[in-house]
Amino acid sequence: MGKKQLRRMDLIFANDEDFRDILKQTLARPNEEIIEDMISSGLKGRGGAGFPTGLKWKLTAEEKAKNKYIICNADEGEPGTFKDREILTQVSYKVLAGMAVCAKITGAKEGFIYLRGEYKFLVPLLNQELDKFHSACSELGLKFNVKIFMGSGAYICGEESALMESMEGRRGEPRNKPPFPTVKGYRGCPTVINNVETLAHTFTIFKYGPRKFRDLGVQDSRGSKLFSVSGDTPTPGIYELELGMTVQDFVDDFGDGDTKAVQVGGASGFLVPRKRFKETAIGYQGKLTGISLPTGGSMMIYNSSRSMYNVLNNYLDFFQEESCGQCTPCRVGCQQLVKGVDAVKRGDKPTAYLDKLLKLTDTMKFTAKCGLGQSVANSFQSIVENFREEMIY
Amino acid sequence: MTEIQTLVKDLAQSHGRSRESLLPILQGIIEKDRFISEYAMIEVAKELDISTAEVYGTASFYSFLDTEKRGKYVIRVCKTITCAMKGKNQILLALEDTLKINLGETTPDKKFSILETNCLGWCHKAPAMLINDDVYTELTPEMVRQIIEDYRKREA
Ligand SMILES: Cc1cc2nc3c(=O)[nH]c(=O)nc-3n(C[C@H](O)[C@H](O)[C@H](O)COP(=O)(O)O)c2cc1C
Ligand code: SF4
Repeated sequence: MGKKQLRRMDLIFANDEDFRDILKQTLARPNEEIIEDMISSGLKGRGGAGFPTGLKWKLTAEEKAKNKYIICNADEGEPGTFKDREILTQVSYKVLAGMAVCAKITGAKEGFIYLRGEYKFLVPLLNQELDKFHSACSELGLKFNVKIFMGSGAYICGEESALMESMEGRRGEPRNKPPFPTVKGYRGCPTVINNVETLAHTFTIFKYGPRKFRDLGVQDSRGSKLFSVSGDTPTPGIYELELGMTVQDFVDDFGDGDTKAVQVGGASGFLVPRKRFKETAIGYQGKLTGISLPTGGSMMIYNSSRSMYNVLNNYLDFFQEESCGQCTPCRVGCQQLVKGVDAVKRGDKPTAYLDKLLKLTDTMKFTAKCGLGQSVANSFQSIVENFREEMIY
Repeated sequence: MTEIQTLVKDLAQSHGRSRESLLPILQGIIEKDRFISEYAMIEVAKELDISTAEVYGTASFYSFLDTEKRGKYVIRVCKTITCAMKGKNQILLALEDTLKINLGETTPDKKFSILETNCLGWCHKAPAMLINDDVYTELTPEMVRQIIEDYRKREA
């Protein structure tokens, strides 16, 4: 049987020269109608958590407040993702159009792009685009201003409440939730925060209507999605694919013929071993049969030459460094995991110690304050359970 | 006024003196000096009317807001998994060898520092590194030597 090629989509990076007309038409529509479209399109957040975008906009629109804010999350720090930078490089006007429509719906007057420090070289280009955008806004009678806020090398600042702390001039330490940003976000005001790619997709929905988007993908996982493909693959890069494919389909298309495992969703996601390729789909948790993994689009491919111990060690090192240190389960937990796997490998601890570490990650999942500490269990458990012998020998 | 005082005043002038201006001001100091000295932190604290502990607490949180003296060119080699698999160690060795310093150190002439950093977002073009704000990808040891040579020429 020949390899099945996944259908490559070209919605996000298509150059839509009619962008001003689309923006104008959309801004002229009633708020309720636009929100209705967003909800029926089935678009879910592409930053990783998968919250329905239309609902997020609706909730913020319903809040009564003098000031509201729109934030584009361009912190893109998850290992293995690099698609947001490409969107901002090629089609930032779509992201800005999404922000403008969201501003009109919610009544926000100010917006921000939180750009990771590693992408600082993009600032001159983005400023040019912002100039064009602001003149389009004033032509269309929309009072909305967008500024760039630079990050400074902290993965945790991609977490929405840490990002807002950072914008307010403090350490990027996540806040307690609730209240959620839709109620109390930046400067304590209702705030919509969306991933770069989410905002770019909204433009597709404005342009083609919700049906075209909804027709792509599968139940609960609608539309296309950008995948950042790296590791042991002959074709690393950024690809727009329909949601709902299985890891097997993906590996047939992108693997090097010797794929041992795929890390779906970056270091905070799951490692899928070869024996699970067929039964694992890529999408949001829903009524799909089998396992469905959500993802910000990071797909890291490992072939049989790779040591899963080294892979896990690398992730743990990442988490230990990037934990904000605010809560004990995550701060101490990450340190103990790093030490623990090393001790087992060296033979300083019995192999049964791995089970204690597995329990520790369970505890972290339930007691850590934010998604960072909670998701360490994902990769730890999926690697240790599937490649236990590699952790020991 | 010292050079730092002037710089901090100018930065506060353009970004404002609210707490929200703290990060942009600290980033401005980095852009010029590549590190934030204790003295600079005291000046920032005075300018924004907050405690120096707040300034230090914030600065020390962010990996790009160095509070240790660094060279004019800060090299950050990506050490996250894909770069690690695709030859990061050889890149690091080539840098250490050309610059005659170890990871974490700065050359005696204060021109170059070698650091490691987490995922730079160039996994499809690994291995990658940053020199200040500029990105270098798909590196080989030979390329690294050439890049450093070019920077040295620029300095000569
Ligand atoms: C540790 C951590 C890091 C995150 N990093 C990012 C990021 O870099 N970019 C992003 O868009 N969302 C990131 N998120 C998710 C955000 O908190 C938030 O859910 C997202 O920006 C919402 O946008 P969306 O609904 O459009 O996906 C991160 C979450 C966690 C817990
Ligand atoms: S889970 Fe980790 S990153 Fe999140 S708040 Fe706690 S210490 Fe900070």
